[in-house]
Amino acid sequence: MSIPPENKRYELTFWEKIYIPELVKGLKLTLDQLLAKKFTRQYPEERWTPPPSFRGRPVLAVEENGVERCVACGLCSRVCPALAIEVQAAETELEKERYPEFFEINMLRCIFCGFCEEVCPEEAIIMSDEYELAFSTREEALFGKDKLLMSVEKLRPRLNYLHSQY
Amino acid sequence: MIGTEILIALIKTVLVFLVVLTTVAYLVLAERRISAAIQNRIGPNRVGPFGLLQPIVDVVKLLLKEDIVPTAATKPIHALAPIISITVALSTFAVIPFGRSVELFGRRIDLVIAGDVNIGVLYLLALTSIGVYGITLSGWSSNNKYSLLGGLRSTAQMISYELSMGLSVLAVILIAGTLELPKIVEYQAGLNWFIFLQPVGFITFLVASFAETNRAPFDLPEAEPELVGGYHTEYSSFKFALFFLAEYAAMITASAVITTLYLGGWQVPYLEALGLSQGWETLIQVGAFALKVVFLLFFFIWVRWSVPRFRYDQLMNLGWKVMFPLAVVNLLVTALVVLAV
Repeated sequence: MSIPPENKRYELTFWEKIYIPELVKGLKLTLDQLLAKKFTRQYPEERWTPPPSFRGRPVLAVEENGVERCVACGLCSRVCPALAIEVQAAETELEKERYPEFFEINMLRCIFCGFCEEVCPEEAIIMSDEYELAFSTREEALFGKDKLLMSVEKLRPRLNYLHSQY
Repeated sequence: MIGTEILIALIKTVLVFLVVLTTVAYLVLAERRISAAIQNRIGPNRVGPFGLLQPIVDVVKLLLKEDIVPTAATKPIHALAPIISITVALSTFAVIPFGRSVELFGRRIDLVIAGDVNIGVLYLLALTSIGVYGITLSGWSSNNKYSLLGGLRSTAQMISYELSMGLSVLAVILIAGTLELPKIVEYQAGLNWFIFLQPVGFITFLVASFAETNRAPFDLPEAEPELVGGYHTEYSSFKFALFFLAEYAAMITASAVITTLYLGGWQVPYLEALGLSQGWETLIQVGAFALKVVFLLFFFIWVRWSVPRFRYDQLMNLGWKVMFPLAVVNLLVTALVVLAV
C-alpha cells in the first residue's frame, strides 16, 4: 500500500537538522511568554463579575414592598431534573392568594440548568450571579427561604437579559 | 599552625554549604516562578512577600511526611542511594574557585575550599561520574520496575555523555596547560574566556552538562509519563528531599563548573583599569562569579520549559553520532593548533 503524500515524513532542511537555530527559536518564544501579560486572577482579592447570561444559584425574587413573587404553584419543583426543589404552599390574604410557606433548594443537587427559571410563570425563581457555593456540612447546603430571598433590584440585569431573549 | 589551617578550611566549607543550600531552596522557588511566567501564570506568591517563604514551608512539609520504604526493597542500599547523590553533588564545590586569593589578618586565604589540588579537573569529572551510582542504586534497590528503568536509563545516558564532556574539557586543559581550576581561571584573564576560544567545546560541554544533571530535555531517568517518577518513585519524606536537593545542587555545581571552565570564573574584563582597592576588586569578582552562575541557572530553567524531552533513541543518537564526533574533532583541531603555536 502506498502512503498518501500528505502522510509522508517531513524532510528537515539543513538548518533544521543543525538543530541549534530551531532551539534558539524555541527559547525566544518562551522568553517572549515570560515577559508577556499573565492571565492569573488573584482570586480572593480579584473576583469575577459574571455576565447577565451566567446562571448562578437560583433565588426567589422579592418585590420592593417586601412580598416575594412566588405563588407556590410547584412547577419549578416539578420540572427540576435533579429533584432539588421542595415547595409547600399556604394561603394568604394578599391578591396572589397563595405563597410558599416552605421553600428549600438542595444546593448539593442543583445542577444550575435554569429550568426552574424558565418554567416559572411569575418570574419568581431566577438564576442569580452568585457562584461562591462552598459548604462544610450537608445541612449547610440546604438553602431555605432565609437564604433564597433576593430583592428584584439586585436581579434587574438578569431580568433584562431574560426579557431580551424571550 | 595546622589547627588554624583546619579552622579556615572548616569556616570556608560551612560558608559554601550554607550558600549552596540556600541557593538550592530558592532555586526551586525560582524554577516554579519562572515556569509559571513562561506559561503565563504567576506561580507561588502567597507565602511571604513574593512567595519568598515558600521553600521553608515546602521543606517542613516534606520532612513531616511519612517515610515509606517498600517491603521488598533492599533497605541498606535504599537508604544509601540518596546519600551518595547528595554527597557527590555537594562535594564538587571543594575545587571551585570563587575569587582571587585575599590577604586577611596577615595570612593569604584562597577563595576556594581546596585550592592546592593539582588534579582539580580530574576530581570534578570523577565525582560527577560517581553521581550515577546514587540514581542507579536507588532504582535497583526500590524493587520497582519503573524505578529500575529510570536507573538504567540514567546509567546509559551518563556514560554516553561523559565521553563528550571529558573530551571537551581535555581541549580546555590542552590550551591552559594545567589541571588546577584556579590556574585555568587565571588563564582566562581579560576576555580570554574559553567560550570564545572553544565555542564548539562550550556547546558540547553545555549539552553534556544538561545530560549529566538529568535536566530537561535529557530528563529521561524521571520521565513522568512513562516511568511514573523514575528512580525516586519509591522514595518519600527526607530521602526524597535529599534526591530533590541533590538534583538542584547538581544544577548549581554544573553551572559553577561551566562558569569556571568557559565563562572566565571570577574574571571581570578590564577591572584593573578602574584602579579599585583590593577589597573592592575581590568583592566585585566574587559577585561576577555569582552573577554568571545565576545566569546559567536561569538558562537551565529556561531550557527546561522550552525544549521537549528527547526520545531514548534520539538521546543515544545525539550522544554518540553528534556530540562524540564533534568533541573528538574539536580536540584534534585544538591539539594541532596548540602544537603549531
